[in-house]
Amino acid sequence: MSHSNQQFKRKTFDFSSWFFTVLTGAATYLIVSILAVILLNVLISGLPRFSWRFLTGGTERDMFSVANAGVWPMIVGTSIRVFVMTLMVVPVGVITAIYLTEYASSISFLTRVIRGAVNNLAGVPSIVFGLFGLGFFISYVGKGLDHVFYAGGESHWGKPAVIWAALTLAVMTLPVVIVATEESLRSIQPGLREASLALGATKLQTIFKIVVPQAMPGILTGAILAIGRAAGEVAPILFTGVAYYMADLPHSLNDLFMDLGFHTFILASQSPNIEQTKPILYSTVLTLLLLTFGLNFIAVLVRGRMRAARRSVH
Amino acid sequence: MTDTPLKTVISRPGATSAAGDHRDLIHVRDLSLYYGASKALKNISISLKGNLVTAFIGPSGCGKSTFLRCFNRMNDLIDHVKITGLIEIGGQDINHREVDVIELRKKVGMVFQRSNPFPKSIFENIAYGLRLHGMKAKSEVEGVVEQSLKASALWDEVKDRLHSSALGLSGGQQQRLCIARAIAIKPEILLMDEPASALDPIATSKIEELILELKRDFTIVIVTHNMQQAARISDYTAFFYIGELIEYDSTVKVFTNPGRKQTEDYVTGRFG
Repeated sequence: MSHSNQQFKRKTFDFSSWFFTVLTGAATYLIVSILAVILLNVLISGLPRFSWRFLTGGTERDMFSVANAGVWPMIVGTSIRVFVMTLMVVPVGVITAIYLTEYASSISFLTRVIRGAVNNLAGVPSIVFGLFGLGFFISYVGKGLDHVFYAGGESHWGKPAVIWAALTLAVMTLPVVIVATEESLRSIQPGLREASLALGATKLQTIFKIVVPQAMPGILTGAILAIGRAAGEVAPILFTGVAYYMADLPHSLNDLFMDLGFHTFILASQSPNIEQTKPILYSTVLTLLLLTFGLNFIAVLVRGRMRAARRSVH
Repeated sequence: MTDTPLKTVISRPGATSAAGDHRDLIHVRDLSLYYGASKALKNISISLKGNLVTAFIGPSGCGKSTFLRCFNRMNDLIDHVKITGLIEIGGQDINHREVDVIELRKKVGMVFQRSNPFPKSIFENIAYGLRLHGMKAKSEVEGVVEQSLKASALWDEVKDRLHSSALGLSGGQQQRLCIARAIAIKPEILLMDEPASALDPIATSKIEELILELKRDFTIVIVTHNMQQAARISDYTAFFYIGELIEYDSTVKVFTNPGRKQTEDYVTGRFG
């Protein structure tokens, strides 16, 4: 009896187990508390100046005036560039992912090169994308368009504009969409493709009627991640379309735009009296956070609906 | 597995009225299939008869499923597969370059080992194939859906929930839905790749009853691991071993008086 008791005797104190529990727990709480500090700081300092007037007001009088400044032009600018980017990046990313998973042979040299390129693209610093956008989209594509359509030397497209900023961001976020879509395409039961093909469907019919509808939630996840990444980025738009100040809202895709992230930088560094403009700086940051969360929230809602719809069908 | 019950099931009239005037529908001559450099099917020649059930049996990895998938060219989907030899269905070489694989698969339907209904409604699962092949009129689609569900003995169980998800059905029901989906486009031949291997005994016996019903209208080729099942439902049986066709004869003959030692060892359970 006493022997078997001893065999299963509990150790009084298992130090390594205790240490590891504390270590992992501490790491987790550290991350959560950093996030909490940031959010609380922004909320507490940003809320006092955060009002309907602030959100819908412009910069007509003085963008540094605490009483009059508004962020409406920046909300519009940021929303447009994110929206146009999404329209560009989702189709291109999804089509690339379809090619990689459904058509390309997974062991071919070309496929491996493409995969490597996609992964490396994700690691390129965002300022490099900004320079790429300036060099490729503005100097090459834009100037080329001007050359073809406006021979008089007028510059309509060969200058920084919201379309070029959006395209630059689209290139930057392409890997996110490709990887998310590829993952969701690969997680589809292979039996579904076989079932469709065995019924006499073509590959194209199978992709559009069975595979892509199944992958929709994953595609939306990719879009959400891309939006989240792009909304707060400033570096890629510095040379490609953002304006320090504009009297008007952008009217067409070749207009400049104001941007919440860039405006935050201006308020923090260019103001004649930085201490005085601090409240509107915080409110601007709060607006940027809310806009990013809002865009994400919409996409998450759409994805949730889609999942529910697929579960119950009717 | 003892000998007695096997013989009793074989002597059932439904399963043995095989012979007669069923003409050869599928001809295979000297078929070999390679995965890259390895030869998975070795010089198979066989003729399968129309409106009968032919069972392919043999231990795992013997090539029976691979062979089955040659009849609707599902092996086309796999990289580095090479086929030599001839397969004729109704006198037509199905690997000829002028053959439209879509038309072939319309004529040669398939039911898979794991039931794979689309994540759509029961109705849409069957309507999918019909619409692919150009059926547009709603009433016509509805008619064929009902007919197919009745033919696969599923109608009474699902008629009140045609528009709810097929994924809510039980495993056996899902497999019968897959059969309904396959027969809705009216193939001549129905290939079944271990259709009941993932099902419980009751669902399995329903599938088996269904196969015996369906053979009036379709030529059925079924791959099975379950020898009692082959004995119960098939008219002819082909035994494969490591890529070779060892023996092919009427099911009664294969199970009661096999011509080859390997077949005998396998059907009596001495290896497998």
